Formats: sequence, structure tokens, C-alpha cells
Amino acid sequence: MMRFSTLIRHPADWMIGGSVDNAVVLTSRIRLARNLKLVPFPGWATAEQRRLAMEQMLPVIQDLRQMKDAFAQSLSGLTAVQKQVLVERHLISREHAARTEGSAAVIERRQSLSIMVNEEDHLRMQSIRSGLNLRVAFDALNEVDDELQQRLPFAFDRKLGYLTTCPTNLGTGLRASAMLHLPALVISDQIGQVLNAIGRMGLAVRGLYGEGTESLGNLYQISNQSTLGEAELKIIEHLERVIAHVAMHEANARLKLLEDEAVMLHDKMGRSFGILQHAWLIDSKEALNHLSVLRLGANLGFFPKETVRLCDTLLMEIQPAHLQLNVGMKLSPEQRDERRAQIIRQHLQNVPAPVKVSPQPKNLPFSDPPETPEL
Amino acid sequence: MNCDFCDQKATVFLTQLVEGQMKKVCLCESCAQEKGVTDPTGFSLADMLMSGTPTSAIVGTPAFIKPRGNNVKKCPNCGFSADDLNRVRRFGCSECFEVFRPEMELILRGMHQGIHHVGKVPKGYEEIHARDEKLEELRGRLESAIQTENYEDAAQLRDEIRRLETFQPSVTLP
Repeated sequence: MMRFSTLIRHPADWMIGGSVDNAVVLTSRIRLARNLKLVPFPGWATAEQRRLAMEQMLPVIQDLRQMKDAFAQSLSGLTAVQKQVLVERHLISREHAARTEGSAAVIERRQSLSIMVNEEDHLRMQSIRSGLNLRVAFDALNEVDDELQQRLPFAFDRKLGYLTTCPTNLGTGLRASAMLHLPALVISDQIGQVLNAIGRMGLAVRGLYGEGTESLGNLYQISNQSTLGEAELKIIEHLERVIAHVAMHEANARLKLLEDEAVMLHDKMGRSFGILQHAWLIDSKEALNHLSVLRLGANLGFFPKETVRLCDTLLMEIQPAHLQLNVGMKLSPEQRDERRAQIIRQHLQNVPAPVKVSPQPKNLPFSDPPETPEL
Repeated sequence: MNCDFCDQKATVFLTQLVEGQMKKVCLCESCAQEKGVTDPTGFSLADMLMSGTPTSAIVGTPAFIKPRGNNVKKCPNCGFSADDLNRVRRFGCSECFEVFRPEMELILRGMHQGIHHVGKVPKGYEEIHARDEKLEELRGRLESAIQTENYEDAAQLRDEIRRLETFQPSVTLP
């Protein structure tokens, strides 16, 4: 079986883009919730019932062709930091990390498929891809679901669809989401309007880091809320259309900023770059916000293209549990700030200072996709 | 009026249109802070209501289902009661949905695009479902045939039941 250290050694392709365009949409994620017939749901089951359910499901999951040589571990066999690392990588949920005996996680080698056993539902499966690729992520997960369904008695009802612990997941049990980097919409003060419009379309938006409306690093997650009364592909197509539209707005806002306020942008790049390259103490909030600026700059040509990849790697590596795993010991917040600054300096040492960028010729490369919803 | 999340005095009142339904939430100062309800334009009430944490908060539908006392239903499979449902707003097992089926419409009101599943159906489900319904009907007819001592029909029904019972659908459900 795969060791934790092997699983976590490298960031997954989906975390750093690979060959996919992830300038605005970083990742696409699909989650399916499934439960066993008759067996009490994890939150209502006794410890013994949970254990039995896990023993019924785990071998079937590990037997999946897609899970060959996967990482499989009972949550009681992981340390708090290890669990937190999995949360920071979005491989398990925060709720799942809080569980111990009777819960498990199975994670595919490339970290693009993970299955939580006895989370809120008996099974929470998720598939992740970089860029805007919800359909691809869904097809992969749907196949896994088909195979599990032949060997596990899933709770299904003609009228209510797949039965889930919480009624908000009934029907398809599908949550599709994408993570977007929207710095230009924030800088140009259009973000509130865009988020409102998304909310009115029955979709949920939240900042990826930070509480409430605040979003650190200008990272936002958009997802569907409704799971019942619409077919899977319809949910996904609708979401994908809205996201493509938001991404187009962001891309145009970036070019507009470059056209109208090149000096202001250059100034921002220089300041963020200076701080990241020379800070010796930096907290998450400050780091995320400057990395966001750098990421934008790399996309607009202020920094070499590969800088996007560096930023995405750092977004992962500077999180508290990753820092602690990296040094192999528990760190106080102050020690973390020191370590965070050090890792950032290392990664950015070969990145040159921002260069002057002249605005692109007028023709915007991003035109409206067909049938865009009103924003 | 008290906060929907704790029992302190509510000072923040929110109303939002969620999928055509008016939803209201009352919060005290500290819960409002905690939920990030400072700028009502940028956060979704539906999100907060559905986020899992203690939500006794959907004012449009005061209790999930009928208040305690009136509804003493309990799931025969897992023992989950109407009170439990009101308290945790979640279900105990797959059979609970049968028990609380009459209340489902109320529970689902305004929650989703629809109240009937139109998505994926497990392979073989329809086929097996049809077979089970047919079997049930045939067994009923067999019983009454035996009672009326109509043995000719009974024998025929028995054979048909056997044939159906051994019929292997193209896909089997676990």
C-alpha cells in the first residue's frame, strides 16, 4: 500500500495546471454522495455499525481498477497534521478530518480521485481536474460510481433519487464546483456585482480562504446548490456555462486594466514581488494576497509564464499543516510565518523583477461564448 | 426575538429571496459576526442555511416537520424519530425516507429545482423494480386463487411466479 509521504511528496497535476489553461479557472471538482441501503447513516450509526459498514465498503473500493495501488487509510491511523495536509489539498473534507475510528480515506496515486468512507454519508467520492473541466471530472467519477454500484447496495428511491443523510443532497447527490482566481474583477471593483448575479442564478459562491465575504488571494469557489429535479449533465452544463462567462469577464477585466492602468499594475507587481522576495516573516493572509498579484502578473506578462505554476505550488505549500509536515515538527504561528517566508524566498529566487508590459492591440481574444447567461 | 443559532437576543435580521422563496434569519451580534453577515450583498443565505451547522432557522418553514407531540413516527429500521429529524435536519437511514415520505414535500420546499429525481438511475433498477412489482401482484392473485379453491389458476400462477423468480435480469443489483 502507498505510504502517506509518497502520496504527498509531489503536488498533483491538477494543483499546478499541467498543460491545461488554468489562468482563471484553477480546478474543477465533482462530488457524489452515496449510501448503503438499510445501514444507518454514519451520524446516526453506532461505532460498531460504522465499523461494519466500513469493512463492507473498503475492500470493494480498493478493488477498483481506478484505485490500483492507492493510498488507503483509516482516519484513526493518521496524525492531526497528516489529516490537515489532506484537507489543505482538498482530498478530504474538514468534517471528515474530525473523524477517527470507523472512517477512512482512499486516495488515488495522482490525487485526482478520492473516496471518503463514513463522512456525513457512507461514501463521498470526488474527482478533480485542472482548468474548467467539469464534464471530464464527472465522466471519470460516474464510471467509478457505476462500478461500485454493481457490488454495493446503494440506497436509491425512484422519486427521491440517491438517498443522502442531508436532504440538500438528495437526488443526484452531485456537487460540482470550480475554483476561480478573480483578481482583476476585485481590483476593478466589479466583483460584488458578479457574485450577486451568480447567487441569483441559484448557484453558491464563497471565498476559498477567509471568513464570510472576505476572500484571501481573490480565490472563489462556485458550485451548484440544487441536486434534485435536474439531471447530472444539466447541472454541470449550466454551471460550466456560468463559470465560462465569469472567466471571460475576468480575462477581459485583466486586459482592460492593462490598457487603462498599466503603471498602477506595474506598481502593484513591484510591491508584491519586493515583499515576497524579501520578507522574513509573513502570515497566510499577506502571502496569499501578494501571491495573487504575482499570479495575475505572470498571466499578463510582467513575470515569466512559469511563475503561475510557482504561485500555485506555493498556494499549497505555505498552508499551516504543509509547513509543519515539511519541517517535520509542530510550529507556533510565529515559527510558521518565518518558515513560510523562507519557502517563498526560495521558490522566487530566480524570478526576475517585473518588466514593463505594453497593452495588447485592441482585439480582445476572449469573445462571448454562445448562449451566455445574463450577468 | 432570539437568535436562530444560539439563544441570545437577535439584533440582525435578514431576508433573502432563495429560488423564489422568502427566507428569513435572525441573528445575535456574535453569530452575525461569526457567519460573516456584515455585507448582505456578498453572501448567500441559502448557503448559510444549508451549511450543516445548527440550523433551526428557516422561518418560512418553522419546524422541519410537525412539532413534537403531534408526530410520534419512528423509523422501524433505525429508530430515528420525528423529533430527531427536527433537531438534526438529517435522516437516520434509507428507510427513514419511507417513514417520512408524507413530510418530504414540506422538507424539500424551496430547497431544490424540483422534488422528483430526474437524473441517473442505477443500471438494472427499472428492470428489477418492474419484476418485483409483477411478482407482488402475482403472489396476491395466487393467494386469492387458493382461497377460492381455483386450483387450475393457482397452478398456472405458481409456474409464472417461479419463472419470474428465476429470471435473471441483464444486470443484477447487489
